[in-house]
Amino acid sequence: MSFDAVAQQPKLLYLLQGVAAFAAVVSLILLALHRGPVRRRAAALILLAPALLLLTIGLLLPGLRTLALSFTGTGGDTWVGLDNYGWMITDHRALVALRNTLVWVVLVPAASTAVGLLYAAAVARSRFRTFALSLVLMPMAISFVGAGVVWKFVYAYRPAEAGQIGLLNRLVVVFGGEPRQWLVESPWNVLFLIVAMVWTQAGFAAVLLTAAIRAVPPELTEAALLDGASPGQVLRRITLPSIRPTLLVVLLAQAIGTFKAFDIVRTMTGGQFDTGVLAHAMYDQAFRYGETGRGAALAVLLFLLVTPFVAHQLRARRRAG
Amino acid sequence: MNGVRERLASRAFTAVAVGIAVLWTTPTLGLLISSFRPEEEIKTTGWWTVLGTPQLTLDNYGEVLSGGGNGSGRLAEHFVNSVVITVPSVLFPLVLAFFAAYALAWIDFRGRDALVVAIFALQVVPLQMALVPLLKLFSQGWLFLPALHLTGPARFGQVWFAHTVLALPFAVFLLHNVLAGLPRDVIDAARVDGASHGTLLLRIMLPLARPALAGFAVIQFVWVWNDLLVALTLSGGTAETAPMTVRLASLAGTYGNEWQRLTAGAFVAAFVPLLVLFSLRKHFARGLLAGSVKG
Amino acid sequence: MRFGARLVLAVITLAATATACGTPQDSGPRSHTTADCAPYADYGKHPGSVVTVYALNRDREADLFEETWADFADCTGIDVQYEGDGEFEAQIQLRVDGGNAPDVAFFPQPGLMERFARAGRLKPASAGVAARAKEGWSADWNGYATVDGTLYGTPLVANVKSFVWYSPTFFRDKGLSVPRTWTELMAVTEKIAASGVKPWCAGIESAEATGWPVTDWIEDVLLRQQGTDVYDQWVAHEIPFDDPRVLQAMDTVGSLLKNDRYANGGFGPARSMASVSFQEAGAPVLSGDCAMHRQASFYADLWPKGTEIGPDKDVYAFLLPGADASSRPVLGGGVFTAAFADRPEVRAFREYLASADFANARMGKGPFVSAHKGVDPANAATPVDRLSIQLLQDPGTQFRFDGSDLMPASVGAGTFWKGAVDWIGGASSLQVADSIERSWPRK
Repeated sequence: MSFDAVAQQPKLLYLLQGVAAFAAVVSLILLALHRGPVRRRAAALILLAPALLLLTIGLLLPGLRTLALSFTGTGGDTWVGLDNYGWMITDHRALVALRNTLVWVVLVPAASTAVGLLYAAAVARSRFRTFALSLVLMPMAISFVGAGVVWKFVYAYRPAEAGQIGLLNRLVVVFGGEPRQWLVESPWNVLFLIVAMVWTQAGFAAVLLTAAIRAVPPELTEAALLDGASPGQVLRRITLPSIRPTLLVVLLAQAIGTFKAFDIVRTMTGGQFDTGVLAHAMYDQAFRYGETGRGAALAVLLFLLVTPFVAHQLRARRRAG
Repeated sequence: MNGVRERLASRAFTAVAVGIAVLWTTPTLGLLISSFRPEEEIKTTGWWTVLGTPQLTLDNYGEVLSGGGNGSGRLAEHFVNSVVITVPSVLFPLVLAFFAAYALAWIDFRGRDALVVAIFALQVVPLQMALVPLLKLFSQGWLFLPALHLTGPARFGQVWFAHTVLALPFAVFLLHNVLAGLPRDVIDAARVDGASHGTLLLRIMLPLARPALAGFAVIQFVWVWNDLLVALTLSGGTAETAPMTVRLASLAGTYGNEWQRLTAGAFVAAFVPLLVLFSLRKHFARGLLAGSVKG
Repeated sequence: MRFGARLVLAVITLAATATACGTPQDSGPRSHTTADCAPYADYGKHPGSVVTVYALNRDREADLFEETWADFADCTGIDVQYEGDGEFEAQIQLRVDGGNAPDVAFFPQPGLMERFARAGRLKPASAGVAARAKEGWSADWNGYATVDGTLYGTPLVANVKSFVWYSPTFFRDKGLSVPRTWTELMAVTEKIAASGVKPWCAGIESAEATGWPVTDWIEDVLLRQQGTDVYDQWVAHEIPFDDPRVLQAMDTVGSLLKNDRYANGGFGPARSMASVSFQEAGAPVLSGDCAMHRQASFYADLWPKGTEIGPDKDVYAFLLPGADASSRPVLGGGVFTAAFADRPEVRAFREYLASADFANARMGKGPFVSAHKGVDPANAATPVDRLSIQLLQDPGTQFRFDGSDLMPASVGAGTFWKGAVDWIGGASSLQVADSIERSWPRK
């Protein structure tokens, strides 16, 4: 059962076929555009058709279908009206997932933006900026699943008598405490999962905010410093107001991403110990328990919660643009 | 007075930055060191004791990559799957969104503004909301769409499809911002010279939009490579088509205590994105910037 | 429009060619020449055919399965492609929805299997398979794989869950004897605690299934306190989940497991069991930090390498006692094979899995228990396996199937497990049972 290179060939062949087919479609589009003067509407149609077709089949219709499914029972065959929504607002687990999601959506953007901002303020004009930013960006490349593994290892628990293998409990023991089950003790375990998420997101905030800070004219800050303001005051009074649009965009982008957080919860606790979030509860209901209707209702709730954030973000971006 | 205070404060900033950097790298370092330690050592002593007992091994990597038997990680196979999934999932939305963004930014037609808003608005639909129907779409068909019954490597097709669709609203939004911001006189001059849409697209737009395209490509690459949810639901889950994240998540789930497999597995999975991050850092940062601030 | 039409045509043609070409051709079945094919003559020849199997079992268990049917595969020419996945419970639904169902699946819970049978996805057992099922298992066992009168699967693995693992040496040194009634069990527990050792150890961490060992405990005690009728009504939800009799059983379990004096030996306070994996939870029995560990027969395979099992070896097990010495209630679980395809080679493979030959051969490879009437206890790999088989074959045993495996998955593999974790963490029996009752899906 060890690695069999020959068995991989059909996959690579399929990859080539897929790319070749796509290239053919693209060439056809370009050819059509190239052939003499195409009417404006026709040109627009040719260029837009593939994207619109995909969006309709892959996103619009499935979204509507999920909405319909949320009014059906187990298996998606019988009409049950608002039962699934009734379940959602009375079931203890679903409510815990909703509570946790809201905690995540408040804390993750706030904490990672705060960390990112401090870091950005410190490194924005430093010679080691590139290197420094790479360090905090690394968790993004490691993936959410990888981040889950990394932090599960940090929180690992061993009984007091045994040697600790988790860094956090090791530190606790060094300072004379009892090792604790960080991922088990509710409600604080939610915070420990959030730390893992913040760890992956702070780099994103740092990069964006560094760029924004560097766009603030240096004369402004230098003048303030000459006038006797401390760097902390400069950050508060001059830098912060000038990067406010970016700050808002960063916060919103992270909030939207956080709503859909699934991988970290799944990898670290599997939603146990009251750590579930909506995105994970939806997966459990729809696939683990076969409760398609409940899963769909949770997805619809997710949609409703995320909508104001996206709307706000669009407005913020359009203003910034 | 002021000078001293200023220097102290600026030192405080530096200290905070160093603190954050240490905090952000230590967990990864611990995992990296652990991945080279023998199984018994990982499970009984902390990785920080490695200097005392410098016993390192490559066995963990050998096992997760291509060990025999049902217990192995077999990540080598899943690595190939990740590559096959990622390349088209970056290429397809990039090109299609580029076309669409051009049409929306530079061709005047009725209903254009409404269409722009509609595509942007689709960003609201969370992936979770499309999952179940997407899955059934391929296997059972729907309305006018036939059931496809994809088997074997053809299952990659549905993962490509899902990633392409999910990336499109954002990609169109991003590239529309970039293309709409290009100087009008350049385009008008080309049009007067009788350039067709194809020429405009390839000769004028492409070079000007290249940094944004590269930025988007890098971000989308990292996103797809690291994705778990789409892969879990649509890749079929077998060693034949599932990417590394699925395998790694499954190792984490079943082997809560098999740290020797998890640590090595996490690094095998992160190797390519880390490489991309460090070699294309500029594009990565630019992609992030373009993506969230403006074109 | 000309361009539009051409475009659509081109897309369709290209997509068609791309999907039509390049389906991989698997290399033919491996050919060994060592096997004696006479015992497999009944199953026919199916050269070049493939049967895919999907199950939860991985690692060594998976290797042992493959070794067991290797000869069958060689002799019949069927290429059995086994795949074990720790995420079986969630992935099987995705596979089936995605049109990627395996030919044969090993369902660890009848409740899950029933869901697919009711959805019309499973193929009913063929006449040949049904005949073997009837010959091999009791009506009870076949009943777990029967939905609305139709047999869909056959039992593959059986687990006796009501075992308490202990160290015979430890008991001898402390002058203890194996308890035969519930009262004796409590007395032994108190005596060990008084000597300064925590009598019980448990671990309930099991990734997304965390909590299940506690649900087994509660079921075991309910069965002992109220008997089989109340147990059956509770599982079928004819009495509510939070019936006072269930609460009583939970409180009894709580007096052992939620008591820092009695648990969690070797790991710390009682609530530490939430982060101790069930696989490693029994280890303190060997070091003398804990005296008793209630866990199924399959735990035989989870002791550290080199641990010997037997009445006067390192570890052994006794049956969790009933109210009095004469009653013998046994809680058990099992894995069932069911099929999503009905091709001749699939039928042949399922018939083989339903045979006593398979069970006996599998037992020869390592710890394994089958409820098949034709298995010979002498083949058992460990004394506890032998004991399990004898219990299963003894008509005096009041066998009941693990209730959480029979309940709807959203309860039996969802809120019950999660509730058990809350309960260990300090929530009251009433609180937990109440919330599980309210989570029961409505028809």
